[in-house]
Amino acid sequence: MIARTVEDIAVAEKRHTGGLRRFTSDTRAVFKREIMLVLRDPFSLIFSLLQPLVFLALFAPLLAGTVGGGGIDGASTRQWFLPGVVVMICVFGTGMTGSNLQYEMQTGSYERILASPLGRASILTGRALKEFAPLVVQALLITLLAAPFGVTLHLAHVLVGILVLGVFGIGLGALSYALAIATRGKEWMFWAVQQSLTFPLLLLSGMMLPLETGPTWMQTLARFNPLTYIVSAERELFTGTFASPTVLWGLVAAVATCAGGLATGIRTIRRSAR
Amino acid sequence: MIHTEGLSKTFTRKKQLVHAVKAVDLDIAPGELVAFLGPNGAGKSTTLRMLTSLLRPSAGTAKVVGADVRTEPALVRRRIGYIGQGNGAGHNYRVIDELHVQGSFYGLSPAVSRERADALLPALQLDGLEKRPVMSLSGGQRRRLDVAMGLMNHPALLFLDEPSTGMDPQGRANLWEHITTMREDLGMTLVLTTHYLEEADDMAERVIVIDHGTVIADDSPEQLKLDHADDVVTLSFHSSDEAELAEQALRTDGRHADSLDVRTPETLVITTDHGARKLPSILYLLDAAGAPPAAATIREATLDDVFLHLTGRSLRESTEQDTPASGSPTAANATNGVDAA
Ligand SMILES: Nc1ncnc2c1ncn2[C@@H]1O[C@H](COP(=O)(O)OP(=O)(O)OP(=O)(O)O)[C@@H](O)[C@H]1O
Ligand SMILES: [Mg+2]
Repeated sequence: MIARTVEDIAVAEKRHTGGLRRFTSDTRAVFKREIMLVLRDPFSLIFSLLQPLVFLALFAPLLAGTVGGGGIDGASTRQWFLPGVVVMICVFGTGMTGSNLQYEMQTGSYERILASPLGRASILTGRALKEFAPLVVQALLITLLAAPFGVTLHLAHVLVGILVLGVFGIGLGALSYALAIATRGKEWMFWAVQQSLTFPLLLLSGMMLPLETGPTWMQTLARFNPLTYIVSAERELFTGTFASPTVLWGLVAAVATCAGGLATGIRTIRRSAR
Repeated sequence: MIHTEGLSKTFTRKKQLVHAVKAVDLDIAPGELVAFLGPNGAGKSTTLRMLTSLLRPSAGTAKVVGADVRTEPALVRRRIGYIGQGNGAGHNYRVIDELHVQGSFYGLSPAVSRERADALLPALQLDGLEKRPVMSLSGGQRRRLDVAMGLMNHPALLFLDEPSTGMDPQGRANLWEHITTMREDLGMTLVLTTHYLEEADDMAERVIVIDHGTVIADDSPEQLKLDHADDVVTLSFHSSDEAELAEQALRTDGRHADSLDVRTPETLVITTDHGARKLPSILYLLDAAGAPPAAATIREATLDDVFLHLTGRSLRESTEQDTPASGSPTAANATNGVDAA
């Protein structure tokens, strides 16, 4: 066969479509590769379920004791605490997105993926979704398991809540990915930054302990934390409310984090080519 | 297929400037098989990574398969294949899964991916390893998997950064047989880098010699050897008298007088182009003069001679650090070729 020329290639390319179709198919390809390892080793998934369960079982009673329902009016402590745990799973899970990358950057497999025609946003989203997918299972399981213990289950609302978390998680995952690139070759730094950001964000979101009883400066800070709005929205959703400004604000925070995270992630990938 | 002007890359590391690639002008036509040859740290990988849009050039322009690497990197990536210097397959994945995944990355349907993977596995001697995790493969097997992945999308232009490193001679021969077949079948243009002089000599139709980020020669291996190196014809005689007689005969004849050298009293050395072609006439001349040599050998010019002529250094020595066993002093002070990728 005669060598293919630039013209041949350009003609053959006509059938390729751009935009959203490409984004979804690229994301699916990345996600499928990433999730493959999880599916091959489901034990890790089951095992990772234990931690939030333990949290729920041990922390919630303590919380009920200390706060004594002070900041948590009426509803049972578990009902209040459950959405927080679900958000926590999401933050811990998608915050890890970059850690696998650390390893891949040391081999040539990261470079191979960058050399492929995959869209950059798809690489980020696919990877974040991989961290998020097990969370869906975990969150649903935990919610179902908590049901007999005085938590009223609103399945449709919970599903919407998980969806909102998914949007948020993509953004957080992309940020984690960007962090991995920025701290390339220094694994300890990735964890140091990741941990020292995650915990304050969690505490300042009212996820574990109600902020209402905290000092004013904390409440002020919390207002600038997107996670606060997510947590409040999740609480609202888990009690069976759709039509509420809190839910809307949660969605806004999720979309904003997603957009900001992806933009940062893409820019970091581009910059790393310098 | 590839056109660059003044392509340059300067890295800043710890406030020091590293001029990895300096103003490289290239023109590579469809169907060519081009090899970049150069020592560690010469800038081969950096050049390839700029051409594949993985690195942004510091200066200059590059068009690859009709797309500008700077402004249309996505288009470049869609149109090429790239086999990097490092192993591209994820360690925890199974061989077959990474091949299928690679297909999906290039938008192939699962059926097409399966079909291509099934064809590539035996061709690159990977059959039987489909279900093995990548980390359990040997170095050579892993490299063959890299090549298989790079061929999944049937690219019109394929970049290979040291594809055969770590392979045994048979694996290497097999690799090249397969790559050249695919090149024929698919009309592929190939751009590769190598340390192996013989490989560049045998395989490439065009060799671009690169040193310290600069292209110092660019031609077919044959022409490079003609221009920059000579064959060495060594003639040994039974006695110094015969050798003297022979020297006289050669000087009188005049054709080889310039390149004639008396190595030992019994040995004459002629450095010349086309040594093999000239040897019969030399022998005939000496026989007629009554001084036939007892033995004659030809050492043909190599690309290493070319490199030596161009730089004053031997490529063999400067790349010796590749072989793990070598602890030679040249290996220790050879250019730092650590790829930060
Ligand atoms: N990311 C980087 N940051 C700083 N310097 C770099 C980087 N990548 C390469 N270099 C330097 O640029 C020069 C060229 O490197 P390059 O990897 O292109 O060499 P090479 O010809 O591929 O060598 P080898 O045969 O060892 O693979 C070297 O001096 C190298 O140290
Ligand atoms: Mg290299």
